[in-house]
Amino acid sequence: MAAWQKLVNFLGPDLTVIIVGLVAILALVQVNALFLVWLERKVAAHIQLRIGPKEVGPFGILQTIVDGVKLVGKELITPRHADRKLFMLAPIAIFLPVLVSFVVIPFSERLQVRDLNVGLLLIFGFSTFNVLAVLIGGWASNNKYSLLGAIRSVAQNVAYEIPLLLSILSVMLYSNSLKMSVIVESQARVWNVFWMPVAALIYLICATAETNRAPFDIPEAESELVAGFHTEYSGMRFALFFLAEYSNMLIVASVATTLFFGGWQSPPLLGFLPVPGVVWFLAKTYVLIFIIIWVRWTFPRLRFDQLMNFCWKIMIPAALLHLIVYAGIIKLIN
Amino acid sequence: MANEFLEPITEQTFYLNMGPQHPSTHGVLRLFLKLDGEYIVEADPVVGYGHRGHEKMAESHLYEQFLPNSSRMDYLAGLIFNHGYVAAVEKMASIEVPQRAEYIRVICAELNRISSHLLWFGTYIMDLGGFTPFLYSFDDRENILDILDRVSGSRLTYSYCRFGGVARDLDDEFIKATREFIDRLRGRWNDYHNLVTKNVIFIHRAKDVGLINRELALRFGCTGPILRAAGVGYDVRKAEPYSVYPEFDFEIPTGTTGDALDRYMVRLQEMEQSLRIIEQALDRLPEGPIRSAVPHKVRPPKGDYYFAVESARGALGYYIVSDGTSYPYRLKARVPSYGNLQVLTDVLPGTLVADTISILGSIDIVVPEVDR
Repeated sequence: MAAWQKLVNFLGPDLTVIIVGLVAILALVQVNALFLVWLERKVAAHIQLRIGPKEVGPFGILQTIVDGVKLVGKELITPRHADRKLFMLAPIAIFLPVLVSFVVIPFSERLQVRDLNVGLLLIFGFSTFNVLAVLIGGWASNNKYSLLGAIRSVAQNVAYEIPLLLSILSVMLYSNSLKMSVIVESQARVWNVFWMPVAALIYLICATAETNRAPFDIPEAESELVAGFHTEYSGMRFALFFLAEYSNMLIVASVATTLFFGGWQSPPLLGFLPVPGVVWFLAKTYVLIFIIIWVRWTFPRLRFDQLMNFCWKIMIPAALLHLIVYAGIIKLIN
Repeated sequence: MANEFLEPITEQTFYLNMGPQHPSTHGVLRLFLKLDGEYIVEADPVVGYGHRGHEKMAESHLYEQFLPNSSRMDYLAGLIFNHGYVAAVEKMASIEVPQRAEYIRVICAELNRISSHLLWFGTYIMDLGGFTPFLYSFDDRENILDILDRVSGSRLTYSYCRFGGVARDLDDEFIKATREFIDRLRGRWNDYHNLVTKNVIFIHRAKDVGLINRELALRFGCTGPILRAAGVGYDVRKAEPYSVYPEFDFEIPTGTTGDALDRYMVRLQEMEQSLRIIEQALDRLPEGPIRSAVPHKVRPPKGDYYFAVESARGALGYYIVSDGTSYPYRLKARVPSYGNLQVLTDVLPGTLVADTISILGSIDIVVPEVDR
């Protein structure tokens, strides 16, 4: 018996799946970040009448790897009056929960590390960690700009989590489950986005705000707060914040695909194509990510108080109303 | 100065030094802010980080030698600063300027004004978080720089005017390129308005932000688009006409309330008016010499002289005292940005940090011009 089979026997099937899955996720997260940074720069460049990275590799696709190497080589600077332990903790704290969230994402019918019956809850539970890490980073830097960025981030993320969760409640009511695979299967006939477009819109807006992307990039508003909560971070620590941002984008887009766009299922009328589910899933996800990037390079940034007013006066009432109406409809259907 | 209101810090407020190294203070401006959370309690613009002593330098230089300095005060509207200085010395020494040279000066100065406003447009939207319009406007501005490069040999600090004329004559290529540029920029307004002016987020960020009303603007000696946005139609080109400006048909756009949106609209309309001036000047460009005979060393008669032109940011005046030698006894440039900047002390308190950026951007300062 080969050595790896012994190892699998020793670990048992469950543990093996988790270990293989985590390694695969780690690889996916890295590759995704490399690809997304390149995509963002390329898309931004073409929106702005530029070419973008083109020197390293075909179409400059290896540019991000080179940038990564540079970041690894940079000195890790800790400001003199910073809280050293918390300062070191923040980049790790922002990155780890992102990894865990991938465990329950159903890339296709079988390609899913764990199909927990509280999958959706797990994702949103862990995504809340994000706020904590940003607050730690902003506070520990002992920099006024970082602190302002952290304060803004907490206020923004806490506020936008409410309409975000309200918008997915109607999906949960319809599929009657928190299990990701069940949610996807409940959309076999018609995708959720077609009959609850408002919820999908609210989800996408709130997800943009949750990931601190423009026009909601207020915690790291460059023209006001230099770089917001990560002003003082350098080298690989900075890269971890960056990595977390792009992985977060992948997560919110994957969740949107799962909840509203039929997950791994083929688009309507294209079911005859011999394309595996995972390709459909990734295609939908990256189209959503493309839209998020597109928005970023088109709109200016909101002001902080306007952002909060938008959340409390428009998003939350709209999400609540939507939930009530759809709860009634779902009750009538069943 | 900055330390004036340094009082013991309380639990409620804290001080923030915005600049001199900050992405949005446009050069080396330092804003000393006292903050209550994100609200500004007091604000003090601290100037002087870009001081190079141009005015003092003038005293030890010949009148001709000071010419390059003038375009280095305001590096975005260098040609207009050249024009102002040259015209001031011409007034002192009673030098005649040929008609063709005056037309060329006006054409180039208006092109320079447009390029300055285009740069402001891009950076202002970038201050508000929109990156894309910046590259669009720089693409257009690049055209102007190419055109001016063709005739003057440089892209930023032109030193193109000479006493009694200009350095080089326009060629057909210049005229063709300028006409093409006019059409191109006119075609761009639609893009600008669709991308920015009609954008609801932009309107929220600019409307009713940074109100500088008529009274405030006059009290601080603001000029240029800030004064005009407050509803005062003061423009040196109309109020104290110089060069050949009276021959052209153009309007002075004004705003009503004096908020950031008004200043934005005034500048966009000004670019269109400048295009009109250039068009008329190109149509009527007279033939003839481009320089009159001027003595090797200019020796203006004894006395004080003042001459003002309209720069991209407001009234630019040169006050020169001559003692009859070929060196100025004293040269003072009354620059528009200085007064425009000081108004921040009155406008900023009570606004948010994010508004600071919007207001500062809408005022359109050039720090080397403030410091000189």
